[in-house]
Amino acid sequence: MHALIDVKHPAVAKIGVVLIAVALAVLPFALVGIGTAWVRITNLAILYVLLSLGLNIVVGFAGLLDLGYIAFYAVGAYTYALLASPHFGLHWPFWVILPIGALVACFFGVLLGTPTLKLRGDYLAIVTLGFGEIVRIFLNNLSLPVNITNGAQGIAGIDPFRFGTFSFATTQTVAGVTFSGPVKYYYLLLIVVLVVIVINLRLQDSRIGRAWEAIREDEIAARAMGINTRNMKLLAFAMGASFGGVAGGMFSAIQGFISPESFVLVESVNILAMVVLGGMGNIWGVILGALLLSFVPEVLRYTVGPVQQSLFGRTLIDPEVIRMLLFGITLVAMMLFRPAGILPSALRKRELESGRTT
Amino acid sequence: MDIFLQQLVNGLTLGSVYAIVALGYTMVYGIIQLINFAHGEVVMIGAMVSLSVINALVGAHVGWPPLAIVVCGGIIAVPVCMGVGYALERVAYRPLRRAPRLAPLITAIGLSIVLQHVALIIWTRNPLAFPQIIDVVSYHVTSNPDGARITNVQVAIIGISIAMMGGLVALIYRTKLGIAMRATSQSQEIAGLMGIDINRVIALTFAIGAGLAAVAGVMVGTYYGIATYQMGFILGLKAFSAAVLGGIGNIGGAMLGGLLLGIIEALGAGYVGDLTNLCQLSNWSTAIAERCASDPNLTLFGSNYQDVFAFFVLIGVLVFRPSGLLGERVSDRA
Amino acid sequence: MSGNELLIAQGITKRFGGVQALSEVSFTIREREIYGLIGPNGAGKTSLFNVLTGIYPADAGQFTFDGRVLIGLKPNEVAARGIARTFQNIRLFGNLSALENVMVGRHVRTHATVFGAIFRTAGTRAEERAIEKRGYELLEYVGVARRANDLAKHLAYGDQRRLEIARALATDPRLLALDEPAAGMNATETAALRALLERIRQDGTTILLIEHDMKLVMSICDRVLVLDYGKKIAEGIASTVQKDEKVVAAYLGGDIELDLKRA
Repeated sequence: MHALIDVKHPAVAKIGVVLIAVALAVLPFALVGIGTAWVRITNLAILYVLLSLGLNIVVGFAGLLDLGYIAFYAVGAYTYALLASPHFGLHWPFWVILPIGALVACFFGVLLGTPTLKLRGDYLAIVTLGFGEIVRIFLNNLSLPVNITNGAQGIAGIDPFRFGTFSFATTQTVAGVTFSGPVKYYYLLLIVVLVVIVINLRLQDSRIGRAWEAIREDEIAARAMGINTRNMKLLAFAMGASFGGVAGGMFSAIQGFISPESFVLVESVNILAMVVLGGMGNIWGVILGALLLSFVPEVLRYTVGPVQQSLFGRTLIDPEVIRMLLFGITLVAMMLFRPAGILPSALRKRELESGRTT
Repeated sequence: MDIFLQQLVNGLTLGSVYAIVALGYTMVYGIIQLINFAHGEVVMIGAMVSLSVINALVGAHVGWPPLAIVVCGGIIAVPVCMGVGYALERVAYRPLRRAPRLAPLITAIGLSIVLQHVALIIWTRNPLAFPQIIDVVSYHVTSNPDGARITNVQVAIIGISIAMMGGLVALIYRTKLGIAMRATSQSQEIAGLMGIDINRVIALTFAIGAGLAAVAGVMVGTYYGIATYQMGFILGLKAFSAAVLGGIGNIGGAMLGGLLLGIIEALGAGYVGDLTNLCQLSNWSTAIAERCASDPNLTLFGSNYQDVFAFFVLIGVLVFRPSGLLGERVSDRA
Repeated sequence: MSGNELLIAQGITKRFGGVQALSEVSFTIREREIYGLIGPNGAGKTSLFNVLTGIYPADAGQFTFDGRVLIGLKPNEVAARGIARTFQNIRLFGNLSALENVMVGRHVRTHATVFGAIFRTAGTRAEERAIEKRGYELLEYVGVARRANDLAKHLAYGDQRRLEIARALATDPRLLALDEPAAGMNATETAALRALLERIRQDGTTILLIEHDMKLVMSICDRVLVLDYGKKIAEGIASTVQKDEKVVAAYLGGDIELDLKRA
């Protein structure tokens, strides 16, 4: 029963939406003004939003702690890289590969989920963590006897998205406005993320979404009410994995290069931190969490470094380390002080507004 | 046969370390049903602190016998780690004792990350090395002069581990604190009603586990000669697998699981490596032949997959025999 | 008021480790009956529920429900067959609203798939509207409609018990199995519950009821089964059973006469 956006004044909401849409549309050009790197950072942030929304289905809706989520991202990324790069000499179009990537990731999700979803929470967490690591180790070593993944060296020269002659990697000028590669990808990512958000909202407000939340709240009661919990959990896993796979494919194309190093355990934890920060199950919160944890470390990187230089004469703490500390502290602090997430849940707000609290 | 014996020796040594660390996991899980994700980092802190002390002593040319230096490292590392363990419990786990299971798990993960990076800040990325102060002496295990050997360091590790395990068993089954711990792990509520200070018991459990972790850290640092801020994670994961293998919450299980896992890993890395030595296929592939010319130990599933063994063991146990070899000992928190 | 045999239990036996929870328990419940299950604490009443609803398999014996045997069924399959239950300790979905709790109950009788959910097909939308409508109806029926949008965990205790019944009713059960629905209720609430149960029976649902409140049991149950230490010690019309010496002895351990017919 979650409305698209919970609002008291539809007119205000409409104006707000228009303003946000306009802001999003011109954002890349504003960022280019600060520095082109910021468009890439934004694109990466949107990818993290995609990943967080995917993990949100598994952790937030269904309550299954998956610590190896990055494996699905890796599978999607490598699927794309293997089918659209000089590595095997294949150059399939992206609109063919992305669905394949989603399916492959989905398959891995089912493969992982089938024997393990019956385990209780903490064991499931460890097993999924192990799975994520196993995938990474295999990716790192599958260069012999047949060179499948090119091992630690990764795969380079990955094709960008292409439509006939229109390529996402080139810079074009249309009506006096310059669209560089990253800017083009930005708009594509924006569209993809909007679609994913709509899918998530619809899933949450459906028979399936309610079943997931029931399982999260009390699996025994859910089963007693006729929900096939095993299949539902598998479905959550598979859907989350598919989103990860799609995001991975896009990541491959945008970066042009991937290696197992991009898919380490710590990335799974980072995405979890984004979901936890936003409030597990809270779609808008998760988006905000992903954006915060993507941008804040970058902002800190550009500010804390010079500050440290001027104060101490050298960089005491690496920006990367600050980033990781931020993630770790987020996890701990959120659980201790605000486990519901930074945004209050829409449901709670509705309850408060109907005049009742306890 | 001698290769087997050698691997067995190595496996027992490795397994002893796993067992000590696994005890920490199993005690905490037995008493509050929580996987202390940050436990591996405590081992790492033990290793780093002790190596720092040892290097400092050696650098200051104090001239003490090597054993004393190592013990000194341990003496400093143990209280530091116990402090860390106690702080973890107080700050992060105690407030969440009534929260849904997911919450302390997530907190533990966060703490693990924080501890790792604090260590990174303190000690930097450069690994700490164990100085060359010990005369490594190896003894023959069999009458074969080319056969399996065991070094004095290995003997020390196995011996100390056995001593610690014995000490812990004595603590748990012969002391008042031990009874309190066992009672609390059966039922916190009833134990509390019986007058046991649960908070104190749980805090002590964490501290004892951390103390054991410190000793394990010293042993790892001494045996492998090196310690980095990232070593805690994989070691912790394997030790946890060992605890699950033996039966979580079960002290004997943790010991058995640790030893078994160490042996499995040593044998596995050795034999699977041999079985999948790709150089056997040199006739079929020029690429392989080329690589084998320079590296005759090219294996498909060799030591680079070593870490994966522990994961497979873990997944296998949880899927096929979740209560472990010796059975779980946890209270019913349904 | 009795009709065909709806649920037949034959020789149900269950052990838990060293404890014989149920021992050769046999009984029959007829359609539209309100059938009581009573006995001292530890007699095996909830264990019987758990075996019936598929949480544990029986060691021996079987249930026949509506002509079909319930063997090796998982709890969700039992619910699909038409047996819904509530729990002794109330197991609501705390962070879902009251309405959503009841809507979850409709899951087993509805069919919308992921595809339908994502693309909002006409069929799915119609089904969603029907689910929500039925949800409100059931909340009305049990008397908690004014709390529809409140989180289940924030409801008053009596409201939570009634919500759990509404949720179970949402699965369109033939048999409603209630585990101590009156626990913790005062006299007024119990009277309201009695009226609700009577209405449920009249509207066609058979009720199996575990209860300790003897007044409620005697006033509403057509027949009663008495368990003690996992064994059946009496079955029959409520007023007859209450006078049975074995029953009195089981509850009181002596030969004190009970006056259970207080107005």
